[in-house]
Amino acid sequence: MPIEAPSRAPLFQSVAGETRSSRSVTFSFNGEALSVPPGISVAAALLMSGIERFRATPVSESPRAPYCMMGVCFECLVSIDGVPNRQSCLIDVVDGMQVRSQEGARDLQFEVPSVSVLEVQP
Amino acid sequence: MNPESVDVVVVGAGPAGMAGATELAGLGLAVVLLDEQGSPGGQIYRGITLAPLSRRDLLGPDYAHGNVLARALEDTPVRHIKEAAVWQVGRDHQVSYLQGGRMHTLQARAVLLATGAMERPFPIRGWTLPGVMTAGAAQILLKSAGAVPTEPVVLAGCGPLLYLLGWQYLRAGVPIKALVDTTHRDDYWRARRHLVSALRAWPYLRKGLELMRSLRQARIAHFTGASQLAIEGTDSAQALSFTANGKAQRIASRCVLLHQGVVPNIQFSQSLRATHAWDPQQLCFIPLRDSWGELDVPGVFVAGDGGGIGGAQAAALQGRLAALGIAARLGALGAPQRDRRGVELRRALSDNLRIRPFLDALYRPRDEHRIPADDVIVCRCEEVTAGQLRQFVAMGCAGPNQAKSFGRCGMGPCQGRLCGLTVTEVIADARQVPAGDVGYYRIRPPIKPITLGELAGD
Repeated sequence: MPIEAPSRAPLFQSVAGETRSSRSVTFSFNGEALSVPPGISVAAALLMSGIERFRATPVSESPRAPYCMMGVCFECLVSIDGVPNRQSCLIDVVDGMQVRSQEGARDLQFEVPSVSVLEVQP
Repeated sequence: MNPESVDVVVVGAGPAGMAGATELAGLGLAVVLLDEQGSPGGQIYRGITLAPLSRRDLLGPDYAHGNVLARALEDTPVRHIKEAAVWQVGRDHQVSYLQGGRMHTLQARAVLLATGAMERPFPIRGWTLPGVMTAGAAQILLKSAGAVPTEPVVLAGCGPLLYLLGWQYLRAGVPIKALVDTTHRDDYWRARRHLVSALRAWPYLRKGLELMRSLRQARIAHFTGASQLAIEGTDSAQALSFTANGKAQRIASRCVLLHQGVVPNIQFSQSLRATHAWDPQQLCFIPLRDSWGELDVPGVFVAGDGGGIGGAQAAALQGRLAALGIAARLGALGAPQRDRRGVELRRALSDNLRIRPFLDALYRPRDEHRIPADDVIVCRCEEVTAGQLRQFVAMGCAGPNQAKSFGRCGMGPCQGRLCGLTVTEVIADARQVPAGDVGYYRIRPPIKPITLGELAGD
């Protein structure tokens, strides 16, 4: 799975002149630790951390990022703490959250459920 | 398990929902207010109770007004359930929602839908690239996260929200590389006949004029009558190209913010099979309502932009009117009192809506930016282009629902929320019939995605 490093300057930053609490939230994106102001959405946190590409489409694997920020477009889908297809614009980022990008059709494949064999007694 | 009973469930905590719930509680009804966010305000007043004072000041007095509604709501016994994703509203007034991974169901006697608006899709070449967002999205980033673009942005399209964002960015010290306005001289000509009515809404008009003047005084590169908008870039946005004054233009930016008005969010009213009609002025479908906001689904009311775009103040007034209608329906208020209390609200509402025909005419999005060229993606989720849609029509596809089986159009994660209007208009244009005849996607619950595990966990 290709891992996108935040190589470019973030697209968004905190507005100048706003006094902020000194506290910050630490989370990870594709395994990399990131730190952002508290009380913001996962999508905002990623945009402020230099993440441009949130996922790749299942159809053509083209890159996508948030478009509407209000839960309509579903472009900001990411996996959060192992749960896929979370709308990152609607979920607040919290300490320790593990966020991953969704890489096209590969991430849509069904995993074989780990169900232990049941023995039926007559 | 029997669902919990309440008098009224209000869906959405924007201006219509907050005002409606407050009024309903004042009339002695037991109200549950369900909202997806962690704090009240909806999109227009997003984060109003949490935003630091400096941010509230930056966003302007119209935003700050949201706090009046939020405070009033706080002083009522309304049960405001936050971070609740409503996924089903039944014709029997049963409302199901998901909160914290758990399923809940309420049995109400009446439902008030206050689900507001969404931004009109802006299907142009390259609009799916990272770095292209709506102006509303950028404004939500500012309201909820105090976040602004790091480098000079391009604002493109038309409509009050676009200019308001420009004004807010100026105040925030965010450099604006260009304002690419699609409003054309012809649009002023078309809007002219609504000017008398608009002048009667002078305070609103004056605010708009002051806003535009401050944008002009800031000496931002301002293009007017822009057409043929397209985003350039391969993995992310690099530039906006367009035509203005007969010349091809290109403005480089990693951040392009698009806007061409807002349209009602009709997911719930559609899923309830309420009757909708095409509004030729606002170029969208609106649910048909009586004068109190009741749909042709008894006991289900709609207030605010979800029933047609009127703005935040109109939404709050409609919320209160719907509350009166609901209270009368549930026997908490006599019809004569309802009517008497409604008079003042109706007068204020009609004053408030006077500006709309002017705005709708002036900021009518261009045909080419609603009904795009063949190579432009319409359904972003399944990557269906306008050209493919036209092929479907040539093969006999008559409407949006058939487009699903022809090519998965509208069947991705967003379930047609974003492409719905574009699909309707592209098909109508290809078939040369009115959009109203083509209709809309048939919306079915779950309105929000839920897992089978969550469903089974009830």
